[in-house]
Amino acid sequence: MMGGSWQYVFAILAWPGLLGAAALGFFYLWVARKLNARLQGRRGPPFFQPFFDFVKLLGKETVVSRGVNPALFYALPFMSLAATVFGLVIVPVPGHAVDSFPGDIILLLYLLEVPVICDVMAGYVSQSIYGQVSAMREAVMSLAYNLPLLAAVIAMAQNAGSFRIGTLQTASFGVVTFLAAIAFLVAIPARLKSNPFSIPNAEQEIVAGAHIEYNSAPLAIFELSHALEVVLLYDAFFVLFVPHTGSVLADTALYFLISLGLTVLVTLAAATTARLTVKRAFRFYWVWGGLAAAAAMVVAVVG
Amino acid sequence: MNPFAKLLAISRRKSPWIYSVNSGSCNGCDIEIGPCVSPRYDGEQIGMLRQGSPKHADILLVTGTVTRRTRNALLEIYAQMPSPKAVVAIGSCPASGNVFAGSPTIDGPLDKFIPVDVWVSGCPPRPQLIIAGVAQAAQLLAEGKTADQKRKAKP
Repeated sequence: MMGGSWQYVFAILAWPGLLGAAALGFFYLWVARKLNARLQGRRGPPFFQPFFDFVKLLGKETVVSRGVNPALFYALPFMSLAATVFGLVIVPVPGHAVDSFPGDIILLLYLLEVPVICDVMAGYVSQSIYGQVSAMREAVMSLAYNLPLLAAVIAMAQNAGSFRIGTLQTASFGVVTFLAAIAFLVAIPARLKSNPFSIPNAEQEIVAGAHIEYNSAPLAIFELSHALEVVLLYDAFFVLFVPHTGSVLADTALYFLISLGLTVLVTLAAATTARLTVKRAFRFYWVWGGLAAAAAMVVAVVG
Repeated sequence: MNPFAKLLAISRRKSPWIYSVNSGSCNGCDIEIGPCVSPRYDGEQIGMLRQGSPKHADILLVTGTVTRRTRNALLEIYAQMPSPKAVVAIGSCPASGNVFAGSPTIDGPLDKFIPVDVWVSGCPPRPQLIIAGVAQAAQLLAEGKTADQKRKAKP
């Protein structure tokens, strides 16, 4: 039998932590790239492409620009990765039972925000004008999409009367769930920086975004962290809005189906739209995202 | 070869990220690089991606004759790329100066300044040839046979 601490080590390193989520995240990234290619009439990359990109980057020499603080330069991608891994560990996905504690959804929201802060700091640390523009855009976008995202979570918590993931997961399915899910869904493309909200990493405008001065292993860690963020965001959607069936098999099937469905939705949105300006994206989130969020809140409080 | 080195070699072959620099080209070759990642030629099948920053790239595509004004920028960009890296010269201009040969404003050929691994001929070369050149450069990267890797391997 596994001891308590070994269980944590397993959770952090294997499932649902680093290894399992990396495999899943790379798979979703591949699905997104492949689907995008098929929609454009291309064949697209081979199955292991995100993994090959990651390994290749790991095997390169690192160049640190003059004037860049090397400690921060190396620390930021690892901070981003660590926050995402710990976020993954506190979410009760199928095959991973956690002791839910009061307020763990708030901890999850904080951990979801750490990679964004790391990106913003990476942009400023880079000493590159493009990196700084990207950092600024990312900070503004974070203010925009966090309105519907946080409101969705608060509405769900109000509905269930608790800030515990365990309680939220077993809450009954209703109008609030539906409205809050829409508000959360709307926030996902901006959180993942995909079109039409690929504003902070707009490569045609600001070259390569906040990661412009990053290369080789630190860039690889950022890419890995991004893959895990995708999984973490889908996990959060799954535990908040998808009804708990009680059967492990059904839950697992539902988990993969929902995650794949979200990948397809986000990719479809990315492939069929053009990038918005910061102003328009901000207005979109504060008007339409705000409306969905307000509706969910009203129903949660009144209903 | 140990398994990690083997995996790294495969990854280098399968993931050539390119950065193109125009060193005084007429734009003909630059226009031909674009379609390499378009639906018609789809370089992403071999993992080829166009990068906006030389620091993310593995393979430098150079077009043009290397004029006096662009020489220093070219050297700077080459120096910014992290090793291992490969250089692919696109078209006739970097090789010979093409119709501009003998002009006092050009400093080429390209291999006077940076080591070139693959020459792609044509004026301009077709996108198929450019993709073939990139694939060949990626193969050289995997085998450790680029000029940059050979220089690093020497004590």
